[in-house]
Order: sequence, then C-alpha cells, then structure tokens
Amino acid sequence: MDALSLLWWIPALPFLGAAVNGLLVRNGQKGLVTFVGLAAPGASMLLGLTAIWQYATGLAPEPLRQAVYSWTVGEMSIDVAFRLDPLSAVMTFVVTVVGFLIHVYSVGYMGREEGYRRYFSFLNLFMGAMLLLVLGSNFLVMFVGWEGVGLCSYLLIGYYFDQEFPPEAGKKAFVVNRIGDFAFLVGMLALFASFGTLEFGEITERVLAAPEIAKAPYVFGLSLAGFVTLCLFIGAMGKSAQIPLYVWLPDAMAGPTPVSALIHAATMVTAGVYMVVRTNVLYQLAPEISLFVAGIGAATAIFAATIGLAQNDIKKVLAYSTVSQLGYMFLAAGVGAYVAAIFHLATHAFFKALLFLGSGSVIHAMGGEQDMQKMGGLRKHLPLTYPTYLIATLAIAGIPPLAGFFSKDEILAGAFAGHHHLIWGVGILTAGLTACYMFRSVYLTFHGSFRGSHEQEHHLHESPKVMTVPLVLLALGAVTAGWIGIPTGLWEMAGFADHNVLHHFLSPVIATLPGVDTGHHLSHSTELLLMLVSVAVALGGWLVAKRLWGGERGLAADRTFAERLPFVQRLLANKYYVDELYDRVIVRPLAGLARGCWKIVDTLLIDGALHVGAFVTELTGDLGRFSTTGNIRNYALYFFAGVLLLFWWMIF
Amino acid sequence: MSVPISWYLLLAAALFAIGAIGALTRRNGIAIFLSIELMLNAANLTLAAYSRLLGDRAGQMVVFFVLAVAAAEAAVGLALFIGIFRLRRTIDVNRINLLRW
Repeated sequence: MDALSLLWWIPALPFLGAAVNGLLVRNGQKGLVTFVGLAAPGASMLLGLTAIWQYATGLAPEPLRQAVYSWTVGEMSIDVAFRLDPLSAVMTFVVTVVGFLIHVYSVGYMGREEGYRRYFSFLNLFMGAMLLLVLGSNFLVMFVGWEGVGLCSYLLIGYYFDQEFPPEAGKKAFVVNRIGDFAFLVGMLALFASFGTLEFGEITERVLAAPEIAKAPYVFGLSLAGFVTLCLFIGAMGKSAQIPLYVWLPDAMAGPTPVSALIHAATMVTAGVYMVVRTNVLYQLAPEISLFVAGIGAATAIFAATIGLAQNDIKKVLAYSTVSQLGYMFLAAGVGAYVAAIFHLATHAFFKALLFLGSGSVIHAMGGEQDMQKMGGLRKHLPLTYPTYLIATLAIAGIPPLAGFFSKDEILAGAFAGHHHLIWGVGILTAGLTACYMFRSVYLTFHGSFRGSHEQEHHLHESPKVMTVPLVLLALGAVTAGWIGIPTGLWEMAGFADHNVLHHFLSPVIATLPGVDTGHHLSHSTELLLMLVSVAVALGGWLVAKRLWGGERGLAADRTFAERLPFVQRLLANKYYVDELYDRVIVRPLAGLARGCWKIVDTLLIDGALHVGAFVTELTGDLGRFSTTGNIRNYALYFFAGVLLLFWWMIF
Repeated sequence: MSVPISWYLLLAAALFAIGAIGALTRRNGIAIFLSIELMLNAANLTLAAYSRLLGDRAGQMVVFFVLAVAAAEAAVGLALFIGIFRLRRTIDVNRINLLRW
C-alpha cells in the first residue's frame, strides 16, 4: 500500500468519524458510536504509522508535500497542502498513537455518560484538527488546525454543560487563547507581506538564501524575524499555557479526564512548541526573542512547579505539572535545543497522558472524588493503576533509564552548553520540585491509609480492561520513548557507534545558518557530570517527598507547613493570586468599559437618537392626521384649492 | 348676428362656479352629484363654443365623450348611494365619514 499518496486521509479520517458520529448516528446506538469513534482514529493511526515508516525508510522524497486544493483569491494563491517531514512525522506519531490509546480508554471511562456520542464526535474532531495542525504544509492550514483544536478544547472542557463551572472554564480557555491567536495571525500576515508565501519550506529556503532580509529592521526596533517570532511566540503562549497566558489550563481540568490527557497534556498544548520548532530558522535569526522564549519557559517551569506543590486536587497537580513541563520545552527551544524540545514533547506526551489516565482511573475508583486529602492507600485496590502511575512519575521525575530522564537531561545540557547558566539553574531546581510534587501525589494517593468515607472505600475497584490496557501500553511508551534519543555522548563513552536516532532523524528540520552558532559541544566529562547532578536532584526531590508524605504520614507535613508558613502556604494554594490579579486588572476594567459602552453609548446615545427620531415622526403624524377628517366635502375642498393653486401657477 | 364667445364663456364660468359651490356646500349626496354634472356641462359648453369659433369639430367630439362618461359616472354613483342608503339609512355625506383617522 502506498500510504504516502494517501497522506491527506490521515487528518480526513477523524473528521469523517466526527461527521458520521455527529450527524448520522443516533444517541441510542452505543455500539455503533464506539465502532466509528475508534475506527476513524485507529485507521488514521495505521495510515500515519505506515506513512512514517515508508518515509523514514526512504521511500518518499524529502520532504513530501501533497496539495489537495488550491485556494485562489485574485493574485493570491494558497494551497491546502500537507507536508511530511521528520518534524511532522514525529508529531503525527505522538498524536495518533497517544490519541488512539486515549480513545480506547474513553470507551471505559465515558461508558456511562449521557453524551457518549457527542463526546466521541468531539474527540474525533479534535484528532482531525490536531493532525491538520501538525501535517499542514503552510501557516494557513496550520492556523485552521490551530483554531480547530481550540474549538474542540472549548467544547470538551464544557462537556458537562449542565454544571456551572465547566462552561465557564471552557469560555476562559477560548478567550485567553484568542489573545494568543490574534498575535499568531499578525505574525503570519507579517510573514506573508514580506515573503508572499506561507509555505514553511519556501519561507525557510528564502530566509536561508538571504538572511539579511529577515534581519532588516521592521517595526518597534525589531527585525522582521524578531517581530514575527515574537508574535508567533505570543500565539504559542496562549496555546501552550505559558506565563502570562497560562491561567486557562488549570481550569481546563473541568473537562472529562481523558480530554485532559489528550488535549491539555499530550497534544494540543504542545502545538506552540511544535510551531516554534517549525519556524526555528526565524528564531535563530532573532537571538533576543529566543532568549525571551527561554526566560518565559524557565519562569513558567518553576512558577507552575511551586504551585503544584500545594495543590490537593490530583488533576490540578497534573495540570500545573503540564504547565511546568511545557515551560521546559520552551526553555529548550529558546536556548536553541530544538531537537530536545521535540524530544521532551514526545516523551512528555506518553508519561503525562499516562499520569492523567492513571488519575482518571483513580477518580473512577473513587466515584468522582478528585481530592487527594480523601485518598490514600489505593495501591492495594488498584493493582494495575498504581505501577503504571508510578512508572509515569519516575519518568517525569527524570529517573534513568525512563523517558523523561533523557529528554529533560538533553534540555538541561542544551541550556548549559549555550552558557545560559541561570536558566540551567532554574531548570535543575524545577527538576527537583517536579520529583517532589509528583511523588507527593503518589504518596498521598496510593500510600498510607485510606482517608475517605466508608462508602468510598467499599466502592474502590480496579478499572475495566478497556482502561487498563491503554495504561499498560502508555507505560511501555513512558519507559522506552526516551531510548530513541540517548545522547551521542553516552554512545561514544560506551564505545558504540552513535545511535541517537532522533537527532539524526530531526536534523534536516533544524536550519543551519552561517554565523549562528548552534553546535555547542560539551566534553564527555561535563555531560556525565550534568547527568549525575540532574539524577541526584531528582532522587533528592523523591527523598524529600518520601520524608514528608511517605508511609502513614499522610497530610501531616501539609498541616505543619500551613502552621509554620501560613503566608507562603496560602500564596501557593491560591496560585499566587494570579487569577484574582487578572480579574482586578483586566477583567473588571474591561467589564466596566463594556458596561459603560452599553449604558452610555448604546442606551443613551444610540437608542436616545432613535427615540428622538421616532418621537418627531409620531408628532408630525399626529398633527397630520387631523387633516383626514373622513368628511368628503373637506377633501373636495382640498381638491379645489389644489386646482386653483395649479391654475395660479400656470397662469402667473 | 352671432353671440360673441365671451358670453358663452361667462355663462360657462357662472355654471362652473355654481356647480363648485354646490359640490362643496351641499350635504345631500344626490345634490352633490347634480352639482358635479353642472360643472361638467360648463366644461362642455366651453368646448362647444370654442369648437364653433375655431371651426374644429374635435371639440364637439370631446363633448360627446364627456356626456357618455358623465352618464356612466352618474349610474355608478347612484348605485353606490343606494347601497350606502340601504346600509346607513342616510345619504348625508357629513354622516358618511368612513375615511376617518
């Protein structure tokens, strides 16, 4: 089978599934909904994997581009085209595999929900939009996918629309994302105005051929590359939940847990990282913006990690952990370690999806309870969820040889090699915090003794196979995903040939510019030392967590902390009051302005003018109607008077 | 000897004025009709007089048309008034003010 010529079917199939489930199937036909909902992304995954295989084994031209339709307006013509190159191949792999597993898991998790069909329709729609985003060959196709995933995110966060909070959270996500999307659009149009094309390939070629165009001053004292990358990064801030636009992601946990796993951990939120790496040639030409990206990434990473330390809702912990790990990815992209960013994106997709699905299994067992204060000792009752969750925690904490270790280590090595020592320091501190708060969640949830009610304890049960099998498969990924990117240094030290597969595969995507130094190389001893430091920090975080929350200690440490440092505890538990700050500084003034517009401009001025006009018309009408008496002789008189007037006018 | 044109015109003007005043002042619907006929005939008289003066028969042809139309109008008008009388037991136009605001 020639999967490469069927490239456009990869995003089309899930769209088809969404349409069939959304429009043709009826609510009662649950078996059919399940079949369509799984077959569409499943077929898309098989097609995607085949295409990637054929591409990677050299059966395809590089990079493969397939145009489906040409959108022409006047002189301008933009293709709806798909592009398979190493970067989109990695993304497609992650999205289809993790996405399909989460679809399977959803069959179990959402089985008893009312809106089963709606759920699968939206989830398929999301898969289609996400694949459009990663496979799009130009900014416009990417943007359509970008907006599509935003829409699905909104729809699925607000899935429980009969409750009060979820629709609010969905709205918040949508509005915050719009701020970023606007900047994305501006950046995209600036590129189009300068290059006359939106194709990734063409833009890269032209920039490489003439870097001085991109370096020329553009606006606000920025170069063209600087302006465009800044705009695109603001777009990425919204989608990938970076400071200051991260506030929607923790609230997005109001959606069903598989949605949190798929959209708000593994795929959609990483779109910003993908976009930055996709446009790396421009970022390389804008070192000041790259540094800004790295700074924002590092700040977000540590900021979210500290909040994660004080959250008691198991999904909130994971949400802040996601924000923090996304910060890591931007840190990597900012210091020029683009491959490391994509590497961490891929490994993170596996272990974070696994963590979310594991927490879903816990919530399922607890009958909907998400508060870790009421959990404890669940490992006895959840014999499969516990080890998989533990594996994911070890992976995210960066314990070798699990996936997170290699990707995180590569990011830190990249930062260190680029002489960004402060950023490296923040990164390593965050690594320790990550290990600490993740093990806190493990200890509070699975260890110690049960703190919930008797009813809940009676209800505890392991989830059905349809949920545990994806957990096991993802755990497999969380262990092995890192092995595709074992650093070159390790291979050399061990005396083997270099098998850093991911680097070799992705290197064609990373532009090499004359005069831009990307090849920072560390000596083997430094590299090994950095690894030891990061492992030591991760183990340290683990030990601290074990000392504070391990065994039967439960919540004692949290209580002591709240007594000793009530101010800090409140600050962290209330997420640094950022939501409140935004409410005061942005939301309320805007609402006030809107109210002012409504009361003064709309009601008073516009409505007032209309009312005056209506009153005048009515008044003249009232005056005029006294002339129509209904008396025929009056009318005859008017008629004669008119005739006389006409005569007078004709004669004189 | 012939009657000078001004006499015809004066007579026609007098007839028209009487008709106009009658149409405006009478309350009886039939009387208004009579007044309107008077005005029409004033116009006819003018037409006939000028026709004779100018030796052009077109004027007299128009008179015939006016007579025919006036007859038709009188027939329709009378039928309407009979209808109204059956409905309201009066043909006093002051009391038939249906076209009121």
